[in-house]
Amino acid sequence: MNRVLPVLCVLAVVIAVWFAASVPMNWSQAQALADDDATWTDIAEATQSLSRPLLPTPAQVAGEMVTTLVGYPVTSPRSLLHHALVTAWESALGLAISLAAGIALAVGIVYVRTLDRTLMPWLVASQAIPVLAIAPMVVVVLGNIGVTGVLPKALIAGWLSFFPITTGMVKGLRSSDVMQRDLLHTYSATKLQAFTKLRWPASMAFLFPAMKVAAPLALVGAIVAELPTGAQAGLGARLLTGSYYGLTLQIWAALLMAALLAVLAIGLVDAAQALLVRSRGGRL
Amino acid sequence: MTTTLLLLLSLLIGAIALIWLARYDSRAFRIATPIVFGLLVLWMWQLACTGYGVPFVLLPPPSDIAVAMATHVPMLAADFHQTVLRAVIPGWLMGSGSGLLAAIALDGSPFLRRGVLPLGSLVSAMPIVGIAPIMVMWFGFDWQSKAAVVVAMTFFPMLVNAGAGLAQTGAMETDLMRTYAAGYRTTLLKLRLPSALPFVFNALKLNATLALIGAIVAEFFGTPIVGMGFRISTEAARLDLGVVWAEIVVAAAIGTLCFALLSLLERAVTFWHPSYH
Repeated sequence: MNRVLPVLCVLAVVIAVWFAASVPMNWSQAQALADDDATWTDIAEATQSLSRPLLPTPAQVAGEMVTTLVGYPVTSPRSLLHHALVTAWESALGLAISLAAGIALAVGIVYVRTLDRTLMPWLVASQAIPVLAIAPMVVVVLGNIGVTGVLPKALIAGWLSFFPITTGMVKGLRSSDVMQRDLLHTYSATKLQAFTKLRWPASMAFLFPAMKVAAPLALVGAIVAELPTGAQAGLGARLLTGSYYGLTLQIWAALLMAALLAVLAIGLVDAAQALLVRSRGGRL
Repeated sequence: MTTTLLLLLSLLIGAIALIWLARYDSRAFRIATPIVFGLLVLWMWQLACTGYGVPFVLLPPPSDIAVAMATHVPMLAADFHQTVLRAVIPGWLMGSGSGLLAAIALDGSPFLRRGVLPLGSLVSAMPIVGIAPIMVMWFGFDWQSKAAVVVAMTFFPMLVNAGAGLAQTGAMETDLMRTYAAGYRTTLLKLRLPSALPFVFNALKLNATLALIGAIVAEFFGTPIVGMGFRISTEAARLDLGVVWAEIVVAAAIGTLCFALLSLLERAVTFWHPSYH
């Protein structure tokens, strides 16, 4: 309770400020639409239910979420759930790609000195580069050679989430204690045995935090990769069409959905970590 | 055929050179190894593109990217001015600055801190770039909306990091300040803010990349006909990939430069930190 109460209080204040701000933000639009003899209370009431408000109220966004989530079948392009599933699938696939590639590269870096010396500096430097900028080009170029659909978005999502996983795993595979490594050596354990029994288990404590960073990045990558393809499906497409046609409710609902997906992704990583901890008898 | 042979030969020589370079531990070798690797990649990229006749719209060779950069200097400069000088830097300063101030303000109230920091770390994990279309609606097509996106993206990482930095002051040092009869403000200025500086710099470096991404992506949602994100999206659609790559090279250079400058500043300001001894 000591932890939940402050969060709830802050949330309540945020929602109250949001409601309060929606009145002045939408005032001029409501005034323009109102009758000549409307009183200011009429206008204030109208600010809460415009169809394309500058700032939708929390109630409007929640209503839009509910109608687009349960109001249409999942297969319909009007269903928000449909677009959320498309984006979730792209980011999950991207995360799978980056996990496979990132772990393979990390193993290479830890065991091969040449790879460590040549690739590690580039990996560190690449953190400073806005990789997301290449998303439109990659999507257009891949579309040009006939690769369309989920794969280009998954590749962008994977590319974006790849660096935290690689650097996290390199740290993790090196995190095992020297004493323990020496102990395995005295048991005359092979390199492979040392890997499966010591290095790999020890690296899990670094893999999960890295995945908590990588999962939201994969989501951002998938959303941005959906922008240049003519907005067919996905939350990025919802954002883009909403921005073209001024459908503010649609933008806010897509944004809230993206936030929920991010929370869900982090929750899934936490759950996987809890499962692993339990299977290891309470330790990571 | 000759191309394949040349590529294999370069790969072989390059690999041998890298293996040899990686055997030595001195500083010069540590710097030379990745540079040689980078040059090898560029060389093989160039060789493969020209040798196999890879279509320009798929992957232009590095020489063409260099030519595109050299011939479009005024355009690149205009895009740099619009995106970096007008949106990224003001947005980064405002977002990081207000995040730091908010962290200091929260520091006085444990209740607020426990309420805001969990939400802050949640928000910084969210795809905030998505607010770009809303900001374009509120602040118009020009740089103001991009700066607003950058402010929103950089605020929360700074809030969370600075909050964590302020919270980890050692009990010994705090007690020492108490024995000096130092008040809250003196303790904050002389002890807690300096000891939070490594966290603050961490957030500043993270935010530099986030700010570039935010401004570039926000330009995908509507912009005057200048700016790096605008150029990347329109020229990619027109398949003029030389210009796209030129913009990406500029963005990468700016990101690296900002990171390097911040690292230098960090070293100068937090010289006392154990990680530099």
